[in-house]
Amino acid sequence: MNAFFRDVIVFLQNPGLTHFLIISALLFSMGIFAILTRRNAVMVLMGIELVLNAANINFIAFSRYTTGTFDGQVIAIFVIILAAAEAAIMLAIVLNIFQNFNTVNVDEINQLKD
Amino acid sequence: MDLFTIVFYAFALLTLVSASVVVFSKNIVRSAFSLLFTFFGVAGLYVLLMADFLAITQLMIYVGGILVLVVFGVMLTTRQINVDAKTSTVQTLPAALIAAAIGGMLAGIFLSADWKRMGTLPDTVASGPKIGEMLLTSYLLPFEIASVVLLVALIGAAMIARREKRA
Repeated sequence: MNAFFRDVIVFLQNPGLTHFLIISALLFSMGIFAILTRRNAVMVLMGIELVLNAANINFIAFSRYTTGTFDGQVIAIFVIILAAAEAAIMLAIVLNIFQNFNTVNVDEINQLKD
Repeated sequence: MDLFTIVFYAFALLTLVSASVVVFSKNIVRSAFSLLFTFFGVAGLYVLLMADFLAITQLMIYVGGILVLVVFGVMLTTRQINVDAKTSTVQTLPAALIAAAIGGMLAGIFLSADWKRMGTLPDTVASGPKIGEMLLTSYLLPFEIASVVLLVALIGAAMIARREKRA
């Protein structure tokens, strides 16, 4: 048991690939939780942003520690570009929904015609 | 404990604490502003991973662009008159179980997997020139497609948001 704790302490004292991956796993699961539970569409968008950030951390951590090339960073740039486009479209749709339904709660928006 | 370790845990703590405020806070304005600190923390992690250009891009696009859009969305869709900035949640228990299962599974995989190490990035190379070179050589087609996608998103967002409510 003592050796186990020593291993854990050594693991915690040397941040490497695994540490970044665990942070991204935690961010990802929190984003999933926000997407699943929130009723407000803007909060769902925030959850999606958390998930995309978690994916980006993975790409860059693998680029740093396992491949040794910049491909992961270039792909992370494309993820950021698509996140910006997605946020703009999402805001436009949410504003339009708010005009028509006077609410942005995703469980109350249940018809396509107004 | 060297400096890398201390800075890593500082940014990790900032990221995870502010992300949990985003997820668990009942006040949507507080969530939106905590998202700012989450993005800052992630940018710090990018710096630790030798991705300096990505860190600046993260600050400029996420904090300067996406977060402003999110705050716009919050301000334009909550009722300011009776200060109804609270949001409710649905299906909390099943969602918590699913999220915990996904997070635990991912963490287990990350802890047990033996990743193939083909090399590490050198500590002293600036990433900006390399990324620019790759965007214009091996990633030229995705780069051009991304520009078209951004144009389409820009026009589409303006079209959708400007549509008047029919009488």
